[in-house]
Amino acid sequence: MKKSKNDILQGTLTLLVLRTLEAHGACHGYGLCGHIQAASTDLLRVEEGSLYPALHRMEQDGWLRSSWALSEKGRRAKFYELTKRGLAQLEAEKKSWDRLTTGVALVLRPVE
Amino acid sequence: MAWHHRIANVFRSRKISRDLDDELAFHIAERTDELVAKGMSERDARREAARLFGSYTLQKEETGDMDIARALEAFVGDLKYGVRQLRLNPGFATVAVLSLALGIGANSGIFQLINALRLKGLPVARPAELVAIEKGPDFFQSGWFEARNPAYTYAQIERITEQQKAFIGVSAFGTAGFNLSKGGEAVYAEALFVTPNFLDVLGVKPVLGGWLTPETDPRDCSGAGALLDYNFWQRQYGGDLSVVGREISLNGRSFPILGVTPASFAGVETGRRFEVAVPVCADGIFSGNGQGRLTNKTAWWLTPIARLKPEWTVDRADAHMREISPVIFRETQPESYRADGIEKYLNNKLTAVPAGAGVSSLRERYEGPLLILLVSTGLVLLIACANLANLLLARASVREREMALRQAVGASSRRVVAQLMSESLLLAGIGAAFGAWLAYLLGRGLVLFLRGGGEQLEVPLGLDWRVVGFTAALALATCLLFGLAPALRATRTAPADAMWGGRGSASSAERNGLRRALVVAQIWLSLVLLVGALLFGQSLRNLMSTDTGIVTEGVLAAGVNSGLLDLGMERQREVYRRLEERFNALPGVVSAATVSNTPFGGNSWNESAHADDDAAATGGKNVWLNRVGPGYFRTMGTPLLAGRDFGAQDSPKAPKTAIVNQEMAEEFFGGADPVGRTFRTEAYAGSEDPVYQIVGLVTDTKYGSLREEQRAIAFLPWQEEAEMKNMNFVIRSQGGMGDVMTGVKGALAEIDPALLVEFDVLDVQVQRTVLRERLMATLSGGFGFLAALLSALGLYGVMSYMVARRRNEIGVRMALGAQPSDVRRLVFGEAGRLVLVGLAIGLASSFALTRYAESLLYGLQPNDLKTLALGCGLLAATAFVATSLPVRRATKLDPATVLRDE
Repeated sequence: MKKSKNDILQGTLTLLVLRTLEAHGACHGYGLCGHIQAASTDLLRVEEGSLYPALHRMEQDGWLRSSWALSEKGRRAKFYELTKRGLAQLEAEKKSWDRLTTGVALVLRPVE
Repeated sequence: MAWHHRIANVFRSRKISRDLDDELAFHIAERTDELVAKGMSERDARREAARLFGSYTLQKEETGDMDIARALEAFVGDLKYGVRQLRLNPGFATVAVLSLALGIGANSGIFQLINALRLKGLPVARPAELVAIEKGPDFFQSGWFEARNPAYTYAQIERITEQQKAFIGVSAFGTAGFNLSKGGEAVYAEALFVTPNFLDVLGVKPVLGGWLTPETDPRDCSGAGALLDYNFWQRQYGGDLSVVGREISLNGRSFPILGVTPASFAGVETGRRFEVAVPVCADGIFSGNGQGRLTNKTAWWLTPIARLKPEWTVDRADAHMREISPVIFRETQPESYRADGIEKYLNNKLTAVPAGAGVSSLRERYEGPLLILLVSTGLVLLIACANLANLLLARASVREREMALRQAVGASSRRVVAQLMSESLLLAGIGAAFGAWLAYLLGRGLVLFLRGGGEQLEVPLGLDWRVVGFTAALALATCLLFGLAPALRATRTAPADAMWGGRGSASSAERNGLRRALVVAQIWLSLVLLVGALLFGQSLRNLMSTDTGIVTEGVLAAGVNSGLLDLGMERQREVYRRLEERFNALPGVVSAATVSNTPFGGNSWNESAHADDDAAATGGKNVWLNRVGPGYFRTMGTPLLAGRDFGAQDSPKAPKTAIVNQEMAEEFFGGADPVGRTFRTEAYAGSEDPVYQIVGLVTDTKYGSLREEQRAIAFLPWQEEAEMKNMNFVIRSQGGMGDVMTGVKGALAEIDPALLVEFDVLDVQVQRTVLRERLMATLSGGFGFLAALLSALGLYGVMSYMVARRRNEIGVRMALGAQPSDVRRLVFGEAGRLVLVGLAIGLASSFALTRYAESLLYGLQPNDLKTLALGCGLLAATAFVATSLPVRRATKLDPATVLRDE
């Protein structure tokens, strides 16, 4: 696998994409970039170079399905939406993320 | 990605590429708009948008990870990684490769033999067209048999040739051994009598010289000569090209050499290679009357092999043979058969069967045993796979973090499975390569074993596509069997869980369940194999301890042949009598006597007989006959129970006498003392039945093999036999057999140097009759041992792992006051449960399966309870030993250390 510099921790991209699709419904790749950036108040920036491979992989894993439709500006775009399996995956990943952050927070809490 | 997606993608790649282009173009267009809105120029915005994507084409490649080339590249990468992993774990790699090699090797080795005996076509033109003619059910035949294969009289072959419409040609062959030596110890060449069209029907052309034309009259011996086998020509004549036209001496008669067959052609008998062939008419030359068996309607000696006409099938030919059977048998009735015999004879039916793989008596004898052995080796391989799966599962828990990390950084679960599977494939591949080598050794070993036991066996064991395909399929199947479950398991763990710390994670209980199930399966299969091995072992032991009624140790059988001399009947008898005297006088010899059929020697003679004056009765009881000289029973160590031995008074002119065994006394006289009573045997139609007066009673002896049911045997004095070119002597001696052999050869040379002799040790002859049983006992014993060993390893592995995982729990228990005996109970209890479940299923399967081996057993039932109990006991003991080590480790745990580690 080629290395790519990324602002987002590898492995969390899936979580972010799943969550965004859950919140906004069907969306194209470009829209996803925007939503994630906006939702994180510009703290997170998705790099295009890793977004599309991730989308295609998730589609093959059956978490997403895609269809071609016209965008808001009338361009032909590929829209992704969440499948049932995707939803289940999102729940699972959320849980493990929560545990991870709780754990890390506990470790990082100031020494008393 | 599923493989079918990948393959489909190769054909769809253009569409995918276009979709991808569209999708990315859309993204860039949107981004450009955004940048332009922020005030950038259209051109700069486009460039910036593309830059943000990294290299546009690179991107396409990365997203389009969808074609075969990339899949292959990934596979090669996986293999390289696999090699590195195995190098890091040499212990694991060795155990895995070794057990796979043993499993695959055993399977391929047995398969090679099955292939050679059963599947491989004869190396002739279009073997699928060849057909053998066999005998229908309840086939009635009586007379003189001298053939290894289903054989017919010459008259029948002639009629078949004449009547049939299904074949291009019908050829026939008879088997024989021709002596090449001119005196002293006989040297026999494997020989065939063949019809003139033999090579023509098979489509074989001599590589040197020629052979008779197919139109030659089979009875015309004017152009008769010998056809040499290629190997025989190389060995005996050093491949001399001028051999054609030279003379070869066969049984003392001279034949011109006509030609040499190609190296690839061994004959049509699977497992045998002929050395010399002569036309069927030559049988007349060897015989006293100049006619031989060609005119004898009760001499069964020729095996037909025919080639179908192009538009005919075997089924059609079969129907055709049944249809013409009545004509064939009506026109070949032997005059000597009695009325009831004729009636049955006319009802005989002929059938046609495919003979593309040759005809073989070996096949019948070894097909069943080989299939059982193949199933056994299959089970051993399954057990080995279970072991590997267990090892891989154990390793998977160690590599849980590695796999989690891979998934966390974006590897799809398919990629992880693919990577783990390529490691398994690598193991299976290396295992199969070593296995192929072991299979070669095993195949050769088996052939040597059978040959050493006296079985003539020439099988081409070379690799062909079937053996290679079988081995490759085994490797693939094993790879899937032992690799897939652990690989799928490995991807189930959620990355974060694994990062958290492997021990105690949710999936491990389930994974342990799988490992336990594998151990249960191993115990189960091992029990089946072990029970089989014990059954075969005990059968062999039962056979070996069978009372033969003969003290076989120390008896030498010497077959003397006076065929090279034209002695009259009187002279012949005189020579044999003098030889008997000389043999008795040899130093070290206790006693020597003559016998026409040496026990266990393979020859037999039976007749239908009636007790006393039961002259009116038809369809008498079967009695087995043998001719023996005075002193025979003393020599064989068979006690004479009543009456007398044969002596000088039993001359050809005196009334016919006989000595019978207990079984005959029982069957014919209801157990009363038979001495003084008479019996008659049925003679040919038109001649008077001979009546024999019984002069003695001996204990029961075996006639031809250890397995046979006790037969009714009547011994007749040998002096009564008309002409005997062959006479066997049994010689009991103390001390070396070598000295006796030298003495015998000296005595022969003194009387006439042209006398031939062949030696055999009676003990060895007896062993030969149980060769098949010995093969089964040895091999199944080996496989049973291997199975038990592998299962013990599996159990050991799982129990060790269990102790390691429950270290804390055991530590805490001990800290709270548990005694070592409690810990012992805990671990043994766990192992015991697995073993018990395995044994229970194993017992049920053994009950169901062993009856398939019934025909190969002797002296015990397939569901012999003692054997089943013994099998269970042996496995339980093995399991106990395998568990002891982990138990020791558990009781030696120091609670303090364990708790501190925690």
